[in-house]
Amino acid sequence: MTIKHRKRLGALALLATIAVGACSGGGATSAPSSGGASDAPGGASEAPASQAANLSGTVTIDGSSTVFPITQAVAEEFQIANSGVQVPVAFSGTGGGFKKFCMGETDMNDASRPIKEDDEGEGLACKAAGIEWIKLQVAIDGLTVVVNPANDFATCLTVAELSTIYGPDSPADLLWSQVRDGFPAEKVERYMPGADSGTFDYFTEEINGETDAATQFATQSEDDNTLVTGVAGSKYAIGFFGYAYYVENTDKLKALEIDGGEGGGCVAPTEATINDNSYAPLSRPLFIYPDVAKAKTRPELKAFVDFYLENTTALSAEVGYVALPDALLQEQKDTWAAAVGG
Amino acid sequence: MGTAVTPAAQAGRWEPALMRRRLSGTLFYGACLAAIALLLLTLILLLWDVLSQGLPWLDTGFLTGGPSRKTEIAGIFPALIGSLEMSVLVGIMAFPTGVAAAIYLTEYAGASRLTSMLRTNISNLSGVPSVIYGILGLALFVRIAGFGFTVISGALTVTLLILPVVIIASIEAIKAVPDAQREGAYALGASRWQMVRQAVLPAAAPGIMTGIILAMARAIGETAPLILVGAFTFVTFVPQPFSGGYTVLPIQVYDWATRPQADFHGLAAAAIIVILVLMLILNALALFVRARLSRHIQW
Repeated sequence: MTIKHRKRLGALALLATIAVGACSGGGATSAPSSGGASDAPGGASEAPASQAANLSGTVTIDGSSTVFPITQAVAEEFQIANSGVQVPVAFSGTGGGFKKFCMGETDMNDASRPIKEDDEGEGLACKAAGIEWIKLQVAIDGLTVVVNPANDFATCLTVAELSTIYGPDSPADLLWSQVRDGFPAEKVERYMPGADSGTFDYFTEEINGETDAATQFATQSEDDNTLVTGVAGSKYAIGFFGYAYYVENTDKLKALEIDGGEGGGCVAPTEATINDNSYAPLSRPLFIYPDVAKAKTRPELKAFVDFYLENTTALSAEVGYVALPDALLQEQKDTWAAAVGG
Repeated sequence: MGTAVTPAAQAGRWEPALMRRRLSGTLFYGACLAAIALLLLTLILLLWDVLSQGLPWLDTGFLTGGPSRKTEIAGIFPALIGSLEMSVLVGIMAFPTGVAAAIYLTEYAGASRLTSMLRTNISNLSGVPSVIYGILGLALFVRIAGFGFTVISGALTVTLLILPVVIIASIEAIKAVPDAQREGAYALGASRWQMVRQAVLPAAAPGIMTGIILAMARAIGETAPLILVGAFTFVTFVPQPFSGGYTVLPIQVYDWATRPQADFHGLAAAAIIVILVLMLILNALALFVRARLSRHIQW
């Protein structure tokens, strides 16, 4: 009897401990220390002008995890302005998203590269299902090539030199001295995003001339923060990822200038050079693909895309991307207006 | 009389071997201690890291708020509700199905080659990567069955995922019940069903519960298959079980942890703490139920 009771008591005691733990956890109202220091630009915290009232329904979005932060910000503001509309956003990747989009399962797809027109899961599936898409550019990301701050020999690399490092024929024990004469004879420690990411697709196409063609001797990670940690931890490391990851870690990383070989010389990635495309060829356009046919019959979807184009300048800057030049943005608005008739 | 061996000399004869044996025993003990110390150290480091990053962000606003790009007002309420709905649905579906399958395999199916093949296959299924279940769930539940991107699609997928674990644990628990219990039940004139219900199941219940809880803990932590079957990431409304979008806590953690801004990493850590607390509550519940159920077992 006593043993049984002791067991029950033990279980109760455990429950109580956890309950207390949970309460004290929930009660710890010490405000986030860095919360106040958040560098939200004032411009975007002004609520964007409210839209036509009384919209209802659901706008479902999937696609690129790179575009996700912008779409999330737009969806957040849109739902504040239109409380009747629900806008859930997913990020199963540009390709994974297109597969769902082309089966009519989502209303819009985020994409960090154009749709593959001749791919069975993308363009061909869309055509077979009669899905009418339109490509709208919403922001620019500058793929930033970074090295360790202790690296004092490299400040600018040409596209050819990048291809020596990341090309498919690059040897396993590539030395910096093989990249350029005068660099130390130390092994190049390579980091890059995973092969499923649009970042990887874009980089390999621009630098190596063929999508997905890349060295097998780089450490790959789907999480760009892992790449940041890797490059920050080794003097002879090199890596690349979206501009926002560099901006958040300028104390741990050194961004390289890129010589695109078009006579522009060495250009450093900054908001200005990414915006005017002088940071070439690694300025990468980011897109949304709304379903045109659905937008014609569903006012909430049309309103959402209108809202997106109206607010993308402020919101994409707020989440770490570079806004489009005004002329290019106007072009997107005109394309969209022409497509949905209004 | 002659040469009587004194007790002292006799002890001396064994001394070297005894020392060696004692030494090897000490070494083994040391190795075991090192193993558990390593485990505990990892756990403590992990907890320290998560708690030190996450606790400053954990307040009532975090539990009741929705996700936001503004870290100071971001919260996990929709994801928390999504996770709770998911685990309730998974529990309701996985528990009866898994236990029934285990009872069939141990008490009814006999010892044919077919059953042993079935068991082997179920064991193998528990090692299949979870993404594979996601692909299956997308085709089967989202598209063919037409449930769409809803909590029920996700719950069905996760149920498939954890069923092997539930079944294996239940089989082991049922096998551990001594045959004397079964024979005793038969001797009292019980039918097979009465024997199973009144002799085997109560005796196996604690073991079955342990299996279920381990499986549920896995279910709460799943991310990859849910992203495939259409769990959203940014959901500001309370998810409904059978319609509309949903998200769960691990996906919210994944989103925040991969952001470039350090503040989001704090939010991710805070959400991890919430998942840990959920799991602890679940485990405590299991211990409690286990303790209650084993009260009646006397053998």
